Amino acid sequence: MDIDVKKVAMLARIRLTDSEADELGPQLGGILGYIEKLSEVNTEGVAPTAHPHDAAMPLRANVVTNSNRRDALQAIAPRVESGLYVVPKVIE
Amino acid sequence: MPFSSLSEIKARLDAGETTAVEIAQLYLDRIATHNEALNAFVHLDADHVLAQAQASDAYRAKHAPRPLEGLPIAVKDIFCTQDGPTRCCSNILDGFNAPYDAHVITRLKEAGAVLVGKTNMDEFAMGSSTETSAFGVCRNPWDVSRIPGGSSGGSASAVAAALTPAALGTDTGGSIRQPAALCGITGLKPTYGRVSRRGIIAFASSLDQAGPMTRSVRDAAMVTAAMSGHDSGDATSVSDAPELDWLAACDKTDMKGLRIGKPKEYFVDGMDAGVRASVEAALKQCEALGAEIVDISLPHTEYAVATYYVIAPSEASANLSRYDGVRFGRRCDEPEDLLDMYTRSRDEGFGSEVKRRILTGAFALSSGYYDAYYLKAQQVRTLIQQDFLQAFEQVDVIATPTSPVTAFAVGEKTDDPLTMYLADIFTLALNLAGLPGLSQPCGMVDGLPVGLQWIAPAWREDVLLGAASAYESATEWSSQTPQAFAANGGES
Repeated sequence: MDIDVKKVAMLARIRLTDSEADELGPQLGGILGYIEKLSEVNTEGVAPTAHPHDAAMPLRANVVTNSNRRDALQAIAPRVESGLYVVPKVIE
Repeated sequence: MPFSSLSEIKARLDAGETTAVEIAQLYLDRIATHNEALNAFVHLDADHVLAQAQASDAYRAKHAPRPLEGLPIAVKDIFCTQDGPTRCCSNILDGFNAPYDAHVITRLKEAGAVLVGKTNMDEFAMGSSTETSAFGVCRNPWDVSRIPGGSSGGSASAVAAALTPAALGTDTGGSIRQPAALCGITGLKPTYGRVSRRGIIAFASSLDQAGPMTRSVRDAAMVTAAMSGHDSGDATSVSDAPELDWLAACDKTDMKGLRIGKPKEYFVDGMDAGVRASVEAALKQCEALGAEIVDISLPHTEYAVATYYVIAPSEASANLSRYDGVRFGRRCDEPEDLLDMYTRSRDEGFGSEVKRRILTGAFALSSGYYDAYYLKAQQVRTLIQQDFLQAFEQVDVIATPTSPVTAFAVGEKTDDPLTMYLADIFTLALNLAGLPGLSQPCGMVDGLPVGLQWIAPAWREDVLLGAASAYESATEWSSQTPQAFAANGGES
């Protein structure tokens, strides 16, 4: 199977170098080729399974359960100023 | 002594024959001597280990001991621990120190355990050999030229070489059971929803489950009892899970009346003949213990690997989108703009296997392919689950080989990702179905351990533990130890 690996990588926000793309492309093709095997299975009318126990999402009371831990949580960020996460300029 | 089970160490501590500090020091010394050959531990703070042991001894002096009082337990690098680094063995988590403990870590601390460092693993738990770790390859104590299995290879290697009496792993497609099998120890993957996933770095959220890796079945029960239970902070943690008497389940010494299913799809050409012979012999032993062996079929088994390699990478692709260089983890130097920051941080931070999985998932979820891949896989997942439900109308438990082969050589399967994926062919179906599974030693082939896998209906870990305890009590496989790491001797 032939796929545009650089395009898929951009969907996943990963910039591949040319040599990575050359290696990953055929490997991904091989993996997806193997997965094609699923087309042999008749799944007409079969419900999809997303959660192994088909459990309903539990509800909890609508109350605050966590405390303010901004300093601890921001201590591990690459760049922070005045309590804000700093990233490269988005709007000119 | 170092090869004692947790239960044996607990008995000595309770009798006042030793202290938590002595025990901790014994294992710290063994780690200092042997870790270089194995690369099983990737972070260790000896002072912190001893401080926990001292605190445990102080607690014991004043109170009745808690269930895991003073017992050393190592933890896979996937569990968030606030006392030191958590890296998931990835460069993208360079410099990451978790701001909180995973729920199961809190539970183990509350039970009195002494946590002894973080163990090696495949990056983000994606692998079957512990070769993709940012900290380098981990080795199998039975033969250091071979892999320990994966992804919880560091935990398996550490327990098998008695660098710790027990460890935690996680299992998304076999990552507890396969390394347990290849290293000759016991590993339990609980029913999905039995153990909280909060604070365990997510790989595939509908499959991931944490569990113990130990030297005996009873030890696995002891640790699972301490770590399981509802956590309101994890929406997938089940609140009405049936309670079990974990330790009583391990009192079984026979299999009278037990119907064991032997699925024909798990005994096939292409598997190692020695592995097959070991597992067949184990089933004969089960018959001698009173069990009835029933031939069964799980007809969709051959589609399990393909199903898994759509669902797991799809979930991983979504989960790993959080590593964007903004709130934590690695950010590339001098980003030109936001997109450059995202794409370059992720290219530099992730290893090649993680990229393969993210890309596979991104493709399967992408516009135009979703129905053919993701939806299709979820439908086949239903059929795989139904196979098990139908089988459990006929039998109480299913027995299979854990892995089709024994430990392979370092580098043997790294060139072809598909060959590596097929290493999990016998373990991943039960993750898709959310069922509990246990692997225990059942033989040796050319000096390498073989694992026997038990599969039970959802919430029936007691059935796994009962069958495995009876088998363990009738055989010697669980007490085998790798000579190179024996108490008096070794290679370093």
